[in-house]
This record gives sequence, C-alpha cells and structure tokens, in this order.
Amino acid sequence: MNQTILDERKSQVHRIGEEPFAMACNRPSLAGAVSQRACVFCGSRVVLYPIADALHLVHGPIGCATYTWDIRGAISSGPQLHRLSFSTDLQEMDVIFGGEKKLEASLRELIQLHSPKAAFVYSTCIVGLIGDDMEAVCRRVSADTGIPVLPVMSEGFKGNKREGYTAACKAMFRLVGTGDTAGISPMSVNILGDFNLAGETWIVREYFRKMGVEVVANVTGDGRVDDIRRCHGAALNLVQCSGATMELAKMMQEKYGTPFHRVSYLGVEDMAESLYKVADFFAGHDPSIKSRTVELVRAELSDLMPKLAELRTDLEGKKVAMYVGGSFKAFSLIKAFRHLGMRVVVVGSQTGTEEDYKELAEISDPGTIIVDDANPLELAQFIKEKDVDVFVGGVKERPIAYKLGVGFCDHNHERKIALEGFVGMYNFAREIHASVMSPVWRFMPRRSPARAACAAKEAVNG
Amino acid sequence: MAENYVSTTNACKMCTPMGAALVFKGIENAVPFLHGSQGCATYMRRYIISHYREPVDIASSALGEKSAVYGGGPNLKKGILNVMRKYDVSLVGVATTCLTETIGDDVGRYLNEFREEFSDLSLPELVHVSTPSYSGTHMEGWHAAVRSLADQVVKDKGRAHGGVNLLPGFLSPADYRFLKALGERACVRFTMLPDLSETMDGVIWDDYHSLPDGGTPVAEIRAMGGAAGTVEFGMSGGLPESAAGVLERKFGVPARRTAMPIGLRATDQFMDVLAEFASCDMPAKDAFDRGRLLDAMVDGHKYIFGKRAVVYGEEDFVVALCSFLGEIGVQPVLVATGAKSDRFKAAVTNALAEVCQTMPVIRDDADFKDIEDEAAELNPDLLVGHSKGYKLARAKNIPLIRVGFPIHDRFGGQRILHVGYEGALALYDRLVNAVLEKSQDECPVGYGYL
Repeated sequence: MNQTILDERKSQVHRIGEEPFAMACNRPSLAGAVSQRACVFCGSRVVLYPIADALHLVHGPIGCATYTWDIRGAISSGPQLHRLSFSTDLQEMDVIFGGEKKLEASLRELIQLHSPKAAFVYSTCIVGLIGDDMEAVCRRVSADTGIPVLPVMSEGFKGNKREGYTAACKAMFRLVGTGDTAGISPMSVNILGDFNLAGETWIVREYFRKMGVEVVANVTGDGRVDDIRRCHGAALNLVQCSGATMELAKMMQEKYGTPFHRVSYLGVEDMAESLYKVADFFAGHDPSIKSRTVELVRAELSDLMPKLAELRTDLEGKKVAMYVGGSFKAFSLIKAFRHLGMRVVVVGSQTGTEEDYKELAEISDPGTIIVDDANPLELAQFIKEKDVDVFVGGVKERPIAYKLGVGFCDHNHERKIALEGFVGMYNFAREIHASVMSPVWRFMPRRSPARAACAAKEAVNG
Repeated sequence: MAENYVSTTNACKMCTPMGAALVFKGIENAVPFLHGSQGCATYMRRYIISHYREPVDIASSALGEKSAVYGGGPNLKKGILNVMRKYDVSLVGVATTCLTETIGDDVGRYLNEFREEFSDLSLPELVHVSTPSYSGTHMEGWHAAVRSLADQVVKDKGRAHGGVNLLPGFLSPADYRFLKALGERACVRFTMLPDLSETMDGVIWDDYHSLPDGGTPVAEIRAMGGAAGTVEFGMSGGLPESAAGVLERKFGVPARRTAMPIGLRATDQFMDVLAEFASCDMPAKDAFDRGRLLDAMVDGHKYIFGKRAVVYGEEDFVVALCSFLGEIGVQPVLVATGAKSDRFKAAVTNALAEVCQTMPVIRDDADFKDIEDEAAELNPDLLVGHSKGYKLARAKNIPLIRVGFPIHDRFGGQRILHVGYEGALALYDRLVNAVLEKSQDECPVGYGYL
C-alpha cells in the first residue's frame, strides 16, 4: 500500500505558495504513524531536569527513569544531583495495592542520602491509573523534611509534550515567591527556557554581566532551587524556549507583575536583538547600558563576521531541512542559515502552535515544506523531494539523514557543542561546514548511481 | 554488605517492552508496535538508535486519556491499519506496556477482532506479547517475545527440513553475523530468532527503505516446527517455559540449552552441540581460531592475571562473561544484574567454579547505587559491562571495557564481537590492552616496550 503521508496527516503538512496557509497542529499523535514525539512526562522531565540541586524522583515502573538518565547535556557549575536517575521502580504488587508507601519511603531515604534543596516527584502513566495521592505524600514528606516536595502531574497519556511543559511550570511556580528578594538589583532578569546545554547559559550570562544586568535565576539551565524561590524579585523575565516556559512567565506576570520578553540566543540577529531588548528595557534606569550593549555586540560581531564569511564560501547555496522540538529554534535557525548562504527548504516541529507555523510560513521561502508532528518516512520523503544537503534534528532523526547520505547537525538536548551566543553561531557554522565539506558524501550511492547498483547487488549476494 | 534501599538509583536494567521491541526488530519486514502511550515508543527508539545508529521505527497506539478509560482497542486497530498503509509489513509485533496491562486490554482478542473485521485485506502476521513494564526487565520482555513468536507463528510441525532453530538471546549484530557464518561453515542451516545482524547494522542506502533489509524471514519462523532441534543460549530469563520448550512440547523439536558461547569453554560446548547437527566436519577456521586464542592467552597471561573485575549487565550475558574472565585469570570480585533471579548466584558460581579460587560478591536485583556501594571496598581494576558503568569507572579511575547494550558513549557498539573463539580473542585483546594502557599512563617515566 505504501502511503508515505497518511490521509489523516495531510492537514499537518503545508507547502508554502502552493495553497493558502492552513496548518492543523497541537493534536494527539496518530496511532501507528511512528511520531517522533514523546509524552507528557517527557515534557516535564526535560524542563525540570537541569535544576541541579533538586532531587528528581520518577514515580513509576523503571523504564521512564532509565530512558531519561543523564539524557540532557544540561551542565551544572556545582551540584550534579540532577544527573542521577531516581525511580520508585514500581512492581506488580505496588500496582495492585498502590505505590504511595513505596513513594514515601523512597522520598525519605533519598532526601536523607542526598540532602537536596527540593524534590520533584514525577507521576507516570501508571500513577494516573492506580490513583496514588502524590499530593498528600509530598505534603507529608515536605512537612517532615523541611524542603519543598513538589508533585509534577505528568502522566504520560494525558496529552502530549506541551501538557508536560505546563505541569513543569506549575510545579516550579509553587517554588517562586518563597525566597527572600533582598539585595536584588533593579536591573535584573531571569533566564527562562534555556537549559545550559554545553554551557550556553554561561555564555549568555556573561553578556548580561558585561551589560551590568544581574541574572537572578536560570530557569532551568544550571538551575538552583533557591534562585527560583526568589526569582519573583527580578525586574524582567526573558523567555527563550516559549513552549517550555511561557506559562511560568505568564503566571509570574499575573501574580507578581513581572513583565516578560521573548528572546532567542541563536544566530546573529536574534542574539543581538535579544540583548538590545534588555538594554532598552533598562535604559530608563541606566541610560549608559545602551552604549555598553552596542559596544559588546560590535566587538563580538567584528570577531565573528569575518570568520563566518570564510565558511560561507563553501556553504553558499546548500539546502537545509530541520525538524526540531519547539519552533522558537526554527525561527532563529532560518535566519542563521541565511548568514551562511544556505536555504531552509523543510522545517518542522513536534509541538508548534498554529501561530508558530504561520510565522514560519511568513519568513520562509516559497516552496518550503512546513510539517507538524512528522515521522521518519515523511521526513525521508521530504529530504529526497527537496534534495537537501544538511538535516538539523536530534538523535532519532540522525539515521534518517545518514542512511540517505545526507549531512546532519545535532541541535537537540544531548549535544556537547554550545550553539548559542555569538561564539555559538561560530560553533554552529563550523559544525555545518564540517558536515557539508566532509569528503564522505561523494562516495554515497545516491550521488553515484552506477556504484549504487553494484552495492545493492553485492548486498543481495553477500 | 551494602544497605538495601527501597528506591532505585541509576537502574541496571531497562523495561520489559524494550526487549520485545528489539526482538521484533530482528524479524524480516516486521514493525514493533507498543500498545500504550506515545512516549514509550519514542523513548525506546531514542535509546536504541543511540546505540545502533540505524533507523528504528516503532509504532505506538498513542493512547490518550479517553482510551485509558474506555480501552485501547480502537487505537490499536487503527494503528495497525496505519502501519499497513505505510510499510510493506510482514509481521506486526504488538507488545503491551504498563498502561495497557493495568487497564486490562485483551490484545489477543483485539487482534482476533481485527483479523475478522479486515479479512478482506491481505494481513500481516499479527503477534502479541504481554510485557507489563512493572514486571521483570527488558530480558523478560525479550524472552517472552521470542516465545510468543514460537507459540503464535509456528502453526504446525510442517515438513522435517533438517535445519536447526537457534535462539541466541540478546547479542550484538556482529555476534549474529558470526553465528550465521559459523552455521554455514559447519553445514548447519540455522533459523536464527531473532536476527539483528543486518536490521540493526545495515548498509548505506541509495533510496530510503521504509524497513531495513535482513531479519528472520516469517516463512522460516513458520517452519521452525520441522527443525531437527532447537539450540537455546542461556537460562531464558526465568520463564516457566521458553521458546525452545514451546517447540518441544507442541512439535517434538528437541531442545538443547547451552551457555552463551563467550570464552573458551562455552564456545567448546556450543561447538560440540553444533557438531551433533553438522553434516560436514567442523570447520578448520574455528580450530585455528581456537588455537590462536589459546596462544594469546599464554602470551598475555601475566598482564591480566589476578586483575579484579566488576561485571554487570543482563543475567545470561554476565554469566557467560564471568566464565571467560575466570578462564583468563581475571578475578571477578563483584557480579551484578538488574534482574531478580533465583538462579543467578548458582549460575555465576558454576561458571567460575573450575577456574577461580574465591567467589565474587554476587547480586541480583541490583542498581548502580548497589554496585557502587558493594565495589567501594573491593578495589577493582576493571569494569566489564555496558556504558552505564562509566560513572563508576570515572569515580574509581579504572578502565571500563564496554560490552553488550547499551553503548551510548562510544562508536561501533553494534560491531563488538563477543561470541566464538574469534570474539573471545577480540575481547581478550581489549582487556589486556586496557590494563597495559593504564599502567603505561600511570608509570612516571613512561615506556616504549613491554
């Protein structure tokens, strides 16, 4: 039968210019479609994961903890507690008689062993079914241990990754407002939606330091419980990964009146523009911040631009496909690739909203394919259809590109190379360059069809 | 003795459906299908892809809240139809998850209804296996899936064809390739179930393949009832009845059980079993390889003797590794598995009895916290296991010899050969060199000759 794009999925694929813009999205993944998405639990786990001095206990059978152990490249400058994988490892008897006792005992012994500043307890599918009262257990343990013990309502089947983001924000919001805000500078921000992959938050914090802006809390890269408790004392929230943390920003605006700006630290313009936004915000308080910021950006760009120009000569005209988790990254990357002379011809995300896709359609070139909640066969088809040179995605997408002999850039949370900030733009360009310029592609069967026939024959005979 | 904790820290196991999904990846043109929430399939795909670096399509019934209340049957059926639309699929292997086991979905009944409802379509083989994630480890899932295939796909004894069923357990693609080639050399026609040799370590493509080449053909599975015998490695995860047992009971196919052929003695045993079925002399290559292995064991014995090893991982695999480590004079000091097993201790003791004077600490139901605590006083020189032991290796500043699954922090895990004389020799070289490298690095003057 072989139908690459199932009928029910057709409304989630849009080709710019071929039809008026319309995108279905934010719906449950289709059964049997092999979605690249995970679940509610995944959404919560990735957002809260980098809080380094908290205990993260997964309440459920072992898999959910095993598959998320040390999974993110979110590094900490101090405690490493977030890199351990804790689970109640529910067994059949717990499922039959309830897991509350095991949860409580687990929490108590782990808090005693590790002395965390707070504990997050993640519910999984099974907890939603057997009806453990996590809230009550957490309240009891919190009262006895004196640390916040926060239930994260992340039952896997109750929606998609986005609901997981919401659950994470709700759990964090219970911390916000419980710390002392004394001594916080009037020129202060919280960094929301950055996860300090390969030390990226540190790059951004250094820019703010040079501008004279205090960072109160990183939410959540290199995050600390005490910072989050007092982050309502900051003057401004900067929201990068909006899917993950916009809700927290909105809740803080409502309760504490903290304004927020959307930012992105990826690429040249977006990085510079984000810094200027912050400078503008504080200009009334300290007019000299503007010149400091201009100077900072000028110094960084005068170093970066010649190096980019050098790499661009090799990259000019190459075509890119990208499939990312949230669409904020896609906006910045489209612009970043233009700096390298490259064209994005396929762009998709797991959890984009209609607004996101509309905006993507506006900034993308005609003919670009936009896709929501794609799967391997669709992505492979788009790569072939557009004959792309480089694919940007995560571990699950990598073999799709590689099997077709197409370059790949890992822009997901496992990566070990910092891609944010001006230095990150250079790292990014170098990574793309290394992939495009490798001599291996010239030997790929798709590029040399005569050889391909031989290879196929050998494979059959061998 | 380390303290017993209620909680699990850094598990040394994966969940049950993971094992079943891997087995179905080893069947030709099969799609593993997890009946549960979307996250299970995606998490496992990511975990598997990080090791093998191959496309791993695992379908999901992507259950939501409604299905959890009213049952997952409609999503399961719709999902299978969608898989049939997208893939030229010959078998769909449906494994349950904690979600669908708990809501009590009767997958066998759903599949029967599906067969009736869509009897006008040409349907793939539909196999189901019960894999509640709160019961057992990925290895219970693995063995249950192999057993389900033997139980549900093999319908009759069929024609006696003289071939041999080989149920090798969870090994690397390089191992499966080796076993197939060995069968050919010894003139034994294996039906190896599963066969991940090509599906999980494939060639580059000129066009995208919706499913990878390779895997055990479904037609061959159907004919397993007519085999001359079934050879099964290991203890089969404590199941009351293994796949070989099913084939013996239902079709009278004699079951032979032997240890995973890792190291000298276990490979000797397997070669003896093979010789019973072989229609030609045992191949000269393997005799040479055996001689070369012994030669190397002599050449290197001083470097490795008395080194203290911590060994961890899947039950059968760890027992087999211990047998080999003992043979070469390595002293296992701590042997651990994440599985709960009554037989583990006896099996390790038995593997080491002839070759080791002292027995190691042996732990089943262990996590890496237990392993770390137990290892604290044991002064190990080496760690032997998958890549999740890296944290401990780093803390102790000792080498980790990476074997098995998963290997997430190195390249080429799918190509590590563990079995046969050839595999033993490759492992031996790596073990000896790890010891040499460390002593060379730590020597204040460095040296250029041994």
